[in-house]
Order: sequence, then C-alpha cells, then structure tokens
Amino acid sequence: MIFGIILEISASGLQFPENNGNLVNNLAVGEFRDLVKNTATILLSLFYASVLGLSGCERQAWNNPYPTTEAEANILYSAFDERPNHLDPAQSYASNEIEFTGQIYEPPLEYHYLQRPYTLIPLAAETLPVPVYLDEQGHTLPTNTPIDKIAFSVYTVKIQKGIQYQPHPAFARDEAGNYLYHHLSAEDIENAFELRDFPRTGTRELEAGDYVYQIKRLAHPKLHSPILGLMSEYIVGLNDYAKRLAQEYEKLAAVQGEPAYLNLHDYDFEGVRIVDRYTYQIKVHGKYPQLLYWLAMPFFAPIPPEADKFYTQPGMKEKNLTLDWYPVGTGPFMLTVNNPNREMILERNPNFHGQTYPTTGEPEDAAAGLLVDAGKMMPFIDKAVYKLDKESIPLWNKFLQGYYDTSGISSDSFDQAVKIGADGEAALTDEMRGQNIRLVTSVATSTSYLGFNMLDEVVGGDSERARKLRQAIAIAIDYEEFITIFTNGRGISAQGPIPPGIYGYREGEPGINPYVYQWRGGKPQRRGIEEAKRLLSEAGYQGGIDPETGQPLILYFDSPMAGPGAKPYLDWMLKQFKKLEVQLVFRNTDYNRFQEKMLKGSAQIYRWGWNADYPDPENFLFLLYGPNGKAKFKGENASNYASPEFDALFEKMKNMDNGPERQAMIDRMLAIVRRDAPWVWGLHPKAFGLLHSWYTNAKPNQIANNTLKYKRVDPELRAELRAQWNRPVLWPIVLLLVIFVISIVPAVQAFRRRERMAAR
Amino acid sequence: MIAYIIRRILYAIPILIGVNLITFALFFIVNSPDDMARMHLGMKRVTDEAIVKWKQDHGYDRPLVYNGDQPGLSKVTDTIFFQNSVRLFVFDFGVADNGRDIGFDISQRMWPSLAIALPTFLTGLLVYITFALLMAFFRATYIDVWGVILCVMLMSVSGLFYIIGGQYLISKMLHLVPISGYDDGVHAFKFLVLPVLIGIVGGVGGSSRWYRTIFLEEIGKDFVRTARAKGLRETTVLFRHVLKNGMIPILTGVVVAIPLLFIGSLITESFFGIPGLGSYTIDAIGSQDFAIVRSMVFLGSVLYIIGLILTDISYTLVDPRIRLQ
Repeated sequence: MIFGIILEISASGLQFPENNGNLVNNLAVGEFRDLVKNTATILLSLFYASVLGLSGCERQAWNNPYPTTEAEANILYSAFDERPNHLDPAQSYASNEIEFTGQIYEPPLEYHYLQRPYTLIPLAAETLPVPVYLDEQGHTLPTNTPIDKIAFSVYTVKIQKGIQYQPHPAFARDEAGNYLYHHLSAEDIENAFELRDFPRTGTRELEAGDYVYQIKRLAHPKLHSPILGLMSEYIVGLNDYAKRLAQEYEKLAAVQGEPAYLNLHDYDFEGVRIVDRYTYQIKVHGKYPQLLYWLAMPFFAPIPPEADKFYTQPGMKEKNLTLDWYPVGTGPFMLTVNNPNREMILERNPNFHGQTYPTTGEPEDAAAGLLVDAGKMMPFIDKAVYKLDKESIPLWNKFLQGYYDTSGISSDSFDQAVKIGADGEAALTDEMRGQNIRLVTSVATSTSYLGFNMLDEVVGGDSERARKLRQAIAIAIDYEEFITIFTNGRGISAQGPIPPGIYGYREGEPGINPYVYQWRGGKPQRRGIEEAKRLLSEAGYQGGIDPETGQPLILYFDSPMAGPGAKPYLDWMLKQFKKLEVQLVFRNTDYNRFQEKMLKGSAQIYRWGWNADYPDPENFLFLLYGPNGKAKFKGENASNYASPEFDALFEKMKNMDNGPERQAMIDRMLAIVRRDAPWVWGLHPKAFGLLHSWYTNAKPNQIANNTLKYKRVDPELRAELRAQWNRPVLWPIVLLLVIFVISIVPAVQAFRRRERMAAR
Repeated sequence: MIAYIIRRILYAIPILIGVNLITFALFFIVNSPDDMARMHLGMKRVTDEAIVKWKQDHGYDRPLVYNGDQPGLSKVTDTIFFQNSVRLFVFDFGVADNGRDIGFDISQRMWPSLAIALPTFLTGLLVYITFALLMAFFRATYIDVWGVILCVMLMSVSGLFYIIGGQYLISKMLHLVPISGYDDGVHAFKFLVLPVLIGIVGGVGGSSRWYRTIFLEEIGKDFVRTARAKGLRETTVLFRHVLKNGMIPILTGVVVAIPLLFIGSLITESFFGIPGLGSYTIDAIGSQDFAIVRSMVFLGSVLYIIGLILTDISYTLVDPRIRLQ
C-alpha cells in the first residue's frame, strides 16, 4: 500500500481525494509552508495508513467500523444495547434474547410474516396440529364437545422429514461412529474457550424425540424455565415430573458430582410422548387452544440430547461452554460468534432445509414491494452482525452514516428524523428523505397503563364511590396529551386492555370506552373535565375535598421511576390530578421495593405494562382475572382486580375458538372492566422504525420473532452510498496544525531570546 | 524494603476483608436474594417455587452472615458472605449469577480497557508535563496567562461533552474515524484514536495546571537559583532539576493509577462501544449480579493497594533520601 496523498486547495478548502497518488503539496501558507507540509504529510500518512492501509482497501471510508473484506458482503448490520442473559430456549424469555434464539431454533409453528391478523402456519411441523379431545376415561370426543366435558386435549405434531441440525461438535463422530467430544477429559477442555476450539463437527436429522426432550427440559431441576409454572397447569403430569427429576438429579449428582447428566429420555411422563421418529404428542388438561401459540415460541423448539450431553461434561460450564451460550438449532442461522461484550454474529446455516418467501400477504403488501421475493428461497442474507452499542447517540449517527441498516428513533433524534403534520401523521424530515430513508410504523401488541390497587381502601374495592373516583381520574388523565409530550405521538390511547391486532379489539365507535370517551366527528373524544368533577362529587369528594378530613383528597402514586426523565412525567401526572383538585403524593422507591409493594398489595396507584406473548385476548384479559391477583396469588393481575362476572366469563372465553360467541363474551368483559376502571387504560405504543433504501422485505411484525430470514439487503448500493456519505474532510485538521504552528513560533523566538539572556 | 512490602501486603488482608464486608452490606441492604432471583428469572410469570429453586442453585438460600442452625464454625462458614467471599482471596472469582465465568470475562475485557487507558495515560502524561513545563518556562508571560486560561476553560467542560463533541466533530462531520466499535490487534487502532485523543484533551486542563503549580513551586527554590547561578541553560534547569524534584508529588497521583488502568472507564467505553471492564460493574449492579459486583470491588481494592505500594517504591527511585523500612 502506498500512502500517497494529494492535498489540493479548492474553493471549499482542502479536499482529500479518495484515489492515491504521489505526494504533492500545493499548500502555500507563507513562511510555515515546509513545516506545515511535513507535519501534515506525516500525520495524514500515518492516519491514512492506520485507517485504510492496514485494512488493505482504498475504497473504504475512513470511519467505516467494519473490516474492508465485508465492504460488499451480503451482511445485515444491527445493534444491541444489552447482552442477552439466556440463549437456552428453555430459559430465554426476554425480547432481546428471542431476537437471536428465534433465528436459530425452529419450533413446530411460526406466524405468517405478512398476513394480519397474525396467523399461525407450520414451520418444522407438516401441518397445524388439530387437538383431539378426550374424556376422563380417554374416550375420543367430538370437536364440538362443550369445554366442561373435555378432560384432556391431545395435540399430535408431525414434523417434516429431512431437516438437519447446524454443524456442531456435539454431533461429531469418529470413523467407528462414536461421538468424538462426549467423553472429554479435563485436559481436552483446558484449552477450549469457544466452540470453534472443537475442530470437528457433525449433524443429524431432526427427530420428534428432540421436541419431546425439550419439553422435558422445561422441568429440569438445573434450569429455571419461566414457563414451568404455567405449563404445569396444562401439560399432564409436568408438575410431578419436575419433582421426580429433582430427586433423580440429586441421586445422580451424589454419584457423578456436579454437573450430573440427566438423560431425559430415560424418564417419561404422561404429558408428552414420541409416537414415531417424526411424530410426537402433547397431552394437556381440558381445552387449551393457546398451546398452539406456545408451539410457535422457542420454548418448544427441539434440543438434541447429544448437545445436552456435550455441554454437561465437567469443566464445560466453567469455560462458558453451555447451551445457554452456544445454541444448537435447525433454523436458517447459527450463532458463530457470541461475544456479547462486543458483537454477536449469526451466519447462514449450511444445513438449513430451505423455505420460500410467502406468496400472499395483505392487499397493500404488493405495492409496498413486500412480495417481490415471493416464492424465492430464504434466507436472503449470509450473515447478520449485531454490535454492542449502548448509547443512542453513536448508534443513531452510525445509522445515518449507513453503518446500521435499520434504526429505531430515540427521543433525542426524533425531531431530526420525523415531523408530525397538522393531521397528526408522521412524516420523514427532508434530511431523512435526502438519504432515501423510509419510515415504517406499527402499533405494538402491548399496553402501558396506570393501575389502581383494588385492595386499597380509597381507590380500590367494588363500591360505587370508589368506582366513580376511578372513572373521574380516568377522564382527568389526558393520555392524548401524554402521547404528544412524552412519546412524540408514538402511541394510541387505549380503550381497554386489548391492543389493535389482537382478536377482540374493535375499531371505531363500538370499540371506545364510553366512560372516558364520546364518539364525535368520527373519532373518540375524551369527556370533559366537568364530567370528571361531577363523578368525583358523586363519589363524595366535592371539589376534591375528602369529607373525612375536610382537606383535599390525597392519593399516592408508587413509582420506581428515577433519573432526569422521571421528574417531567411526575410533574405532568401531578397536573392531571390537580384538574380535580386532588393532591397526588409520589412515593418513589427503587425497583426492588416497588416490586415488594406490588407483591404485598400495599401500593395505591402505579404504572405498569404488558407485552403480548401471543396474539390472543386471553393473554391480556388474564391480567384482570381474579385468581391471577398479584398480592394473593402472585399472579400477573397487578391491580388485584376481582369481578365474579368477569372471572366467570374469562374462564369460558379463554379456551374458546375465535368466533362471534367469543367476541360477544370479550365485549361483555370489556364493558365490565371499563365500568369498574381498575386501570386507566393508558396507551398502546407505536413502534417507529427507519430503514435504509438498501434494506427491503421489512414489514413490522410485533409477534413473530424469526423474521431475519425474510430480510434482504443490497450490499452494492450500501457500499456506494456509504462511500458517498462518508468522504473524509481534512481541511480543518490542516488548518488546526497551521494555527498551532503559527502560535508556537513567537514562543520559540521567546525561548531563544531567553536562552541568550544572562541569568537573573 | 522487602520486609516493608511484605508488611504492607499483610496489612492489605484486613482491609480487603473490610471492603468485602462493606460491599456485602451495601449490596444486600438494597437487594434481597428474592429480588436477585426475580431479576434473573425475568419479570414475567415468576413463581415462588422458581425463586426458591434459583436461590438454592446459586447458594442464596443460606443466611447472610450467621447461620444459627449449624453447629460450631459452620455458623459462620455456612453463610452467603463466607461462601462467596473466601474464594476471592485466591482470586477465584467463581461464576456470575447468569452462569458466566467471571475470571474468564475479566481476562477478556481488561485488554480493551488497557488498550485505551494505557496510551491515554502515557501520552497524556507526556502532554500534560510538557505543557506544564512550557507554562512554567514562560511563567508570567502571555503564554503562561493564556495557558492557564485555557486550562481553566478545559477543566470547566464536562467529560461527556468532550466525548459527544469529539464524536460529532471528528467522526460525524469530518468522517475521519469510526464513531464507536472495537477490533482486535492492529485493527483496533482506528477505534482507539478518538477515545485516546479525547481522553488526553479532557485531562489537559486539570493535570497541566496541577503540574504547573508543582513546577513553579520548585522553580522558586534555592537549588534552582543555584543551578542558574552556575550558568546552566534554562532547559537543563527545567529538565534536570525542576522536573526531577517535582516528580514526588506527580508520582503520588500517577503511580497509584497505573494498576487501575485495567479497570477501564465506564463512560468512555460505553460511548465508544469498547468491550472493556468499565461497564462490567455497572451492568452487574443493574442486573443485581452480586457475584460480579463483589469480584470487581475486590479486584479494584487489590489494584489500588498495589498502586499504593508501587507509589511508595517509586519514591525511593526518584528520591534517594527516602528509605522504606
């Protein structure tokens, strides 16, 4: 590499052309010319050498953080700000974990990428499993049997043949067919720090037994599966199985020491069984249609026992060689680099069985270019590189420079990216449009609400007084204002617990909460504060005065919020209550104490939220189901709301198939909770995403987690635009050097003068 | 001197026990084992059984510091404090609550920290001393006055501003280096230029002004006047007499920092995406991972003690009058 540099003086200053040449200095800045020339040459040459020379590419922009070998590679670049804690599908639940496990593991089912409402389709399964209902004696029942007559449901899952696992050392065998790495000595493991330190790999065909093995792993005593409690209520015998495994493990550990290898195929239970090589069955209590949604989550992905055996060898865990760190799947990608302190890399699984891009979608998908790849083999990218970038400013700037293909929009950069029109519609700013950046928005399948503790003497309970107090507060808290001020318009006011996109949500007038809104001008309009004051008076708090004390009513808001963002929010909340002349007192605590208060049921008003696990109303309405009360039953009903009518409807509704009957039931349940107002329904957040022009096939999907395979990038266009956007600008550096030299000359002269002076 | 060092090392043991005890107390005042379990198990669908199981598996089902159910010495040893602390003294950091080997993580993350801290430290020292000597040399001239003004101005600016401003100017506007990121070996150079430069510039104000004060104090002493009276050149006076005699106060602040270079800087590493140790402790506090917190606090204490011992030793090297006994 020649480090030649041409410095040219142009109208705009010194430019630094990309092409190399001989060093020619046309700079003329008086008597410091030589000095400037030499200094600039040395510095810039060194600089150029370090940035480009070492990486061996001349086209590469200097600020490119990636290796030059990747310049035009078919790689998707993204970022993460928090390292995933778990990649073991039995334990992983957080969204930042499923972002990776979703691409690696293949559960039996998945969601259609384009269709809405969200629709389940087979992934590794051949077809969607249809449950067979049984009575107590095990006799098959017709499909239209009433729910209370169904004792068990049996789901038979038939998986596709010929699916292979990614290459992995757990499958590697020697010539005699014995596993190479299943009996490693301490010396063998001593020099292994990563999976690639085991040079030989193998694979094998996916079997139904692998799915059964994983379901058994949910009950493994050394794993902490977050869904064990829930699944134990449904999968027949899982609870007892967990206890049995704990006992067996103790016995084994006493002999083998820790960690002991528990071959789960040696221990069976009623709830799950292998039918044949490609078929398995899950038996659940009663009717539980939501099981199909769980079958689309990595909890129900296959785990080969070989991998379990491989990772359970003594010494592996100490080297971080665990299934929690190095997943083994059949999906389109495999995790080849897992250094969550820096980067995580997913690469195309060479053994992937192949899948084609969907050929159907919503009517507008074709016009949006989302069906261009219809029927083509996926995945489209070779690699996805996720870089750790904790701070929003560098992340945002790297997106603008083209070094990330997509970005969310933080509050700091919102005004730079988006302008909200008079009609409330979000549009890109000229700067974004100038870079051909696209904006995609979608309402998240989640809800953020303000809850009342129904066990509280003042705001809780089923009395008319408390109900009217809650309704008054619900009207007074102006969530439309909140959305404008605190989320830059990224959200819609909630009319109930169910967000759009989930069955049971109703659009338009039938879907509004009549206790807080009226339907005017074709849209919901918040009722006036006078109405709230009237309700407050009817509740016995005339003018916000508590009749017991004769003083303004004091309510308590328990919040774990801290930091600079908390004060504006709390001030705003104070203002909302002030509209009713009610005094709000904040009880700020750390998150642990807040959790404790919620568990004890000692909070009064709090803020909470919920993200959908699956697109079913049951997953939201269970948050208000009495037997799920947090204080009494440690469930997810944080408000401890209990309504016999609601609970009875919920028990019927939760296991029903979607249809008019279910919708009517949901409508009735919503009417009950809207009237009782255990929550101020808050908002459903709206996700805004920015996409570069080279990034396509990106349709927001709030439920599916295995969407990487659909994405496509145009690396050539990206490389071209990156180079165009990131031309180095050097004249300020040279100018700075010149100023430095000019300023140092008088000092040098003074130094010389002083040196010649006689001592004083 | 060896006896002195051994004595200092022995003194360190009760200090480290004390540090451990305080860390332990502070951590468990804020976080209970139940809170830790809840945090690690996730916030959704966490059952009481799962919490009990997690605590058992991670050894947090024992009493904190005293186990009245156990006989004899086990009353003290079968506790969370003892079980978690004693291994630290042989530098066995154990496993983090998320299952990662802490020693391995530290060994991986300390090098990127060092890659920023060492050049920043060495180059910075050179720049600060040079600038301070320059101001001392031109004392009471416009260079000194403007130098001090510049120092005060630089001191007055927040470190975060240097980072954000530097990234904006150098990376975003001029496109000269990547905004953030890291790579191994020589490829790390382009990622380190900016954080090192910002680290140096950010420290110029305070350090140069402090060193200038030291040098000016030395310049006014009799031996300097004598040196000048002998007809020595001003540079000789500065480098051979003033700088050498000003080294003790400089070393006091500098040598103690050398071992701590491994620990890294939270903000710099966070903004520049450097996978160092800077954010390791903070992340662990956020995720309530006591295993990492206690290890990092212990390591920080050990390094600080080593730094203090090295400082004492360095005194003997620059000032022959000092003897360690």
